[in-house]
Amino acid sequence: MTDASVATTLEAPRDRGAWLGVIARQRELSLVAIMVVLGALVSIAAPQFLTVDNISQVAVLASIVAVAAVGEALVVITRNVDLSVEAMMGLVAYCVAVSLENHMFGAPGAILFGIGIGLVLGMINGFIVAVLRVPAIVATLGTLSIFRGVDYLIAGSHQVPKAGLPPGFTDAAHQDIFGIPIFVLIAVIVVVIGSVLLRWTRFGRQFYAVGSNPEAAAILGIPSRLVVFVAFAACGLLAGIAGVMYVVEFGTINGTSAGGYTLQVVAAVVVGGVGIFGGTGTLVGAALGALFLGFIANALILVGLSQFWLQAIYGLVILVAVSADAFILRRLQRIASLNRSR
Amino acid sequence: MSATVAPVTERRSWTRLLARWETLLFVALLLLIVAGNALSPFFLTTANFGNLLAALMEVAIMALPMTLIIIAGEIDLSVESMAGLSSAILGFLWAAGVPMEVALAVVLVVGVLGGLLNGLLVARGGLPSLVVTLGTLALFRGLALIILGPRGVSDFPAGFTEIGFGHVPGTDIPWPFVIFLALALTLGVVLHRTWVGRQVYAIGKNKGAARFSGVRVARVKIGLFVLTGLIAAIAGAILTARLSTSRADAGQGMTLTVVTIVLLGGVNIFGGSGTIPGVVLAVLVVAVMQNALRLAGVSVDVQSIALGLLLIVSVVIPTFAHQAKSAVDRVFGGRPPPADSVPRGERALS
Amino acid sequence: MKIKNLARGIALTSMAAVVFAACSSSGGSAAPSAAAASGGTTGKAMKIGYLPKDIVNQYFAAAKTGIDKGAAESGSTVIQVGPNEPKADLQVPFIKDLTTQKVDSIIISADDKDAVAPDLKAAMAAGTKVVGFDSSPAVGAYNVFVNQVDFSGVGVNLADWACELAPNCTGDIAILSAAATATNQNAWIDLMKKTLSTDAKYKGLKLVDTVYGDDKPDVSTTQAQGLLTKYPNLKVIVAPTTVGILAAAQVVSAAKKSDSVKVTGLGFPNDMKPFVADGTSPVFGLWSVPDLGYLAEQVAAKLVSGEITGKEGETFSVKGLNGDKPYTIGKDSTVVLGPAFRFDKTNVNDFNF
Repeated sequence: MTDASVATTLEAPRDRGAWLGVIARQRELSLVAIMVVLGALVSIAAPQFLTVDNISQVAVLASIVAVAAVGEALVVITRNVDLSVEAMMGLVAYCVAVSLENHMFGAPGAILFGIGIGLVLGMINGFIVAVLRVPAIVATLGTLSIFRGVDYLIAGSHQVPKAGLPPGFTDAAHQDIFGIPIFVLIAVIVVVIGSVLLRWTRFGRQFYAVGSNPEAAAILGIPSRLVVFVAFAACGLLAGIAGVMYVVEFGTINGTSAGGYTLQVVAAVVVGGVGIFGGTGTLVGAALGALFLGFIANALILVGLSQFWLQAIYGLVILVAVSADAFILRRLQRIASLNRSR
Repeated sequence: MSATVAPVTERRSWTRLLARWETLLFVALLLLIVAGNALSPFFLTTANFGNLLAALMEVAIMALPMTLIIIAGEIDLSVESMAGLSSAILGFLWAAGVPMEVALAVVLVVGVLGGLLNGLLVARGGLPSLVVTLGTLALFRGLALIILGPRGVSDFPAGFTEIGFGHVPGTDIPWPFVIFLALALTLGVVLHRTWVGRQVYAIGKNKGAARFSGVRVARVKIGLFVLTGLIAAIAGAILTARLSTSRADAGQGMTLTVVTIVLLGGVNIFGGSGTIPGVVLAVLVVAVMQNALRLAGVSVDVQSIALGLLLIVSVVIPTFAHQAKSAVDRVFGGRPPPADSVPRGERALS
Repeated sequence: MKIKNLARGIALTSMAAVVFAACSSSGGSAAPSAAAASGGTTGKAMKIGYLPKDIVNQYFAAAKTGIDKGAAESGSTVIQVGPNEPKADLQVPFIKDLTTQKVDSIIISADDKDAVAPDLKAAMAAGTKVVGFDSSPAVGAYNVFVNQVDFSGVGVNLADWACELAPNCTGDIAILSAAATATNQNAWIDLMKKTLSTDAKYKGLKLVDTVYGDDKPDVSTTQAQGLLTKYPNLKVIVAPTTVGILAAAQVVSAAKKSDSVKVTGLGFPNDMKPFVADGTSPVFGLWSVPDLGYLAEQVAAKLVSGEITGKEGETFSVKGLNGDKPYTIGKDSTVVLGPAFRFDKTNVNDFNF
């Protein structure tokens, strides 16, 4: 697939970009549409679905995944993947919780501490992939093990209870500004800043270039390795933010915290239309993907399916999303080649 | 090719042998055994060797077809969930009164079907295997949870559980190890000695060229996924036997170890190269390492850090070794290395 | 081709070497363990392997304080091993390791009663004494099982507390449990369900759901939130797990629903004090977890020294426990610590664990 796409990219870059923009917007719109339809259906079966309480709860939980998904999307756009997200979140969460428990910092200090740790972990990933040239799957599979191992090691059997955190620290999970939960605002700000940097700075646009055609990007003089390094570093930083949000939401933190998040984050990114071959997709899509998965989980519970159905549904959603992506892409390639042959 | 190029000298072939990944693994294995013996007086006992192998055998068995899949340029993350699904189905059927033989047959069929799903989506649907098998990783696990729910099923017949934790009579060799060796021998012969094996390598090195040479790429890939699904189902059955319980969360976390072992065994993540003996050596290396560390009192956490580091290092070293070798070659003006020794990681990812 | 042959030959030879080494260095395991077992009868200091369901759960940390106390009295050493998550396949390898390390006794809370049985039986055959506690291994895979509380007693207690907290003993109740395969929680829940269905006193209570928090704080929190959303008329959440009850109480309190939804179950007094105070959890129960650990350690010591063998009917005394009355080993070699203890606002502040 790589060989064919070199030709098409060099031939008609603008056309492909325009088409990809259309797909992206379609994906976001279709996600919103599905959520609205789903919401209507579920609320017939379970009226408590449409309560402010429920929707804001779903949005709050989804925001944590969304922030991490934005970071993952940055990495996937450059044609890489970061499987270590849950371990970064867990390690950050534990460090933040423990530092607060021991009064090492005040709340703002601890938050910055956590984000800093995330950034460092992301840079480690970036170093291994961009400098040591280890393929991203392998590198992040390795760091998933390493970071989680370090987390278990420093945590041991210790658990930081909610009571060990400064009073009021966990309240932010339930507070809102102008009626919108703080967590949702954080996610929105992250998406906006990220999207602006990605679309409207030269460096940001290079992410797409590196992802859609690394060889061409190298020929054009784009600093591919720097771009990849920054992508992983940003993913780590955002995982750090997500880790801090995790502490605020759940309060009780131990070495196992944030287990299972990698699947949710990668699923959110895939569902959100960020193709695994890189070069396409938007951060908004990734965030919407996170919200979509949260809605599905919530709808399942309310409709009466037990928690045991959730995994299967996640899996189906991923498969459907990827199949839809491929189907659309192939349709467009056929149209594009028909256009060219005229 | 051999007609136009001067034959390799004896000295070259010996250094090439020494520099082979499998040799490095063998040396590492010996060193680890020595270290293990130094760390704990209980290391070189039959009971210990039995233990050391038994805990890793399901992973080892799944690593074998995974080797072929990765050589062919794909990956299958869903193996652990297929093992879990297999365990759940066994438990469900056994608890419902179905005879063990029938339950096992059903499990094998499910393994084939699951592999078929993966294979069709990847080979005919053209979807990336990383994402497809991520989806089936969740889907199969979800099905296991739906089928078995929160229950654990136990009291399996003794004949069945004996396969899991029993030994070959008179020794401490666990049965799963025997199964592993048999499978390794079979797949080793298939991969290294048959036309099918050559097709697998060809697909991994250059899918387009392979197709133009008449290799039925899709069919081979589907076959590989079906094989992987089948073997994962068998591994799930063995796991159930070894624990004498069937649980929906059986096997969680195994994929990581499987992929680590395959890559440690010298298989290139991009496909096209790797050997079964290498993977077998990697299994032994990891088994010995885990056991030595555990006996030395090293916590499980440090072990998983070690495993992660091992994975990364096993990919970094060859890259640097090749760069060093190229530098040495350039300085001493030797023959350029043959085309098929292009080292791993050379295809630019970014 | 030649090189591949050579490589494969080396691999096969090494495998053969490993296997031959394994086969030929024989008999290492039998003799030393017999020596260890007999060595234990004279001295009191022993090596204890402590293998809880997982090493992160604070319940087992509290039990360990009791085990440590008992070990200190006799100069024994305690090795704590265990998985980071309460999973059977993660727990089983540790049993083998403890056996290989020739500990005198293993104190274990089983993640899955059958998965641990084969290796525990092998340990017992090698002379190691096995004391189950909290969550029992299968019958036959332990010498003595120290049950923290009488199962049926707890089942009735849980039903009672739910009845007390639901207005007029009427309304929807739900259970938030631990891991779905946990032997002890499942036993308590089954008995609670039986009590609810057979005793007419509870006919107004309707058990609408049972969810599983895996003894993880975040999963338990999400499950508790789900319960609140799904069942708007929920009156009581019953959580027979210290991790679950704390998560549920935090969720209800943070959602400001303490007036309409109550939380009860098994919890640590230190965790629950604020929720007794704010009315989320006026009644709950537990037992002295450190005492449970202490009792397990004492039983292990008595097994190793030969004072008891674990047969039904044997009696023994432990200073400071059971009002200094002797314990009797019951059916299936079980010893019960004592009845569950009820906490409410009159007494919760007197306790510190």
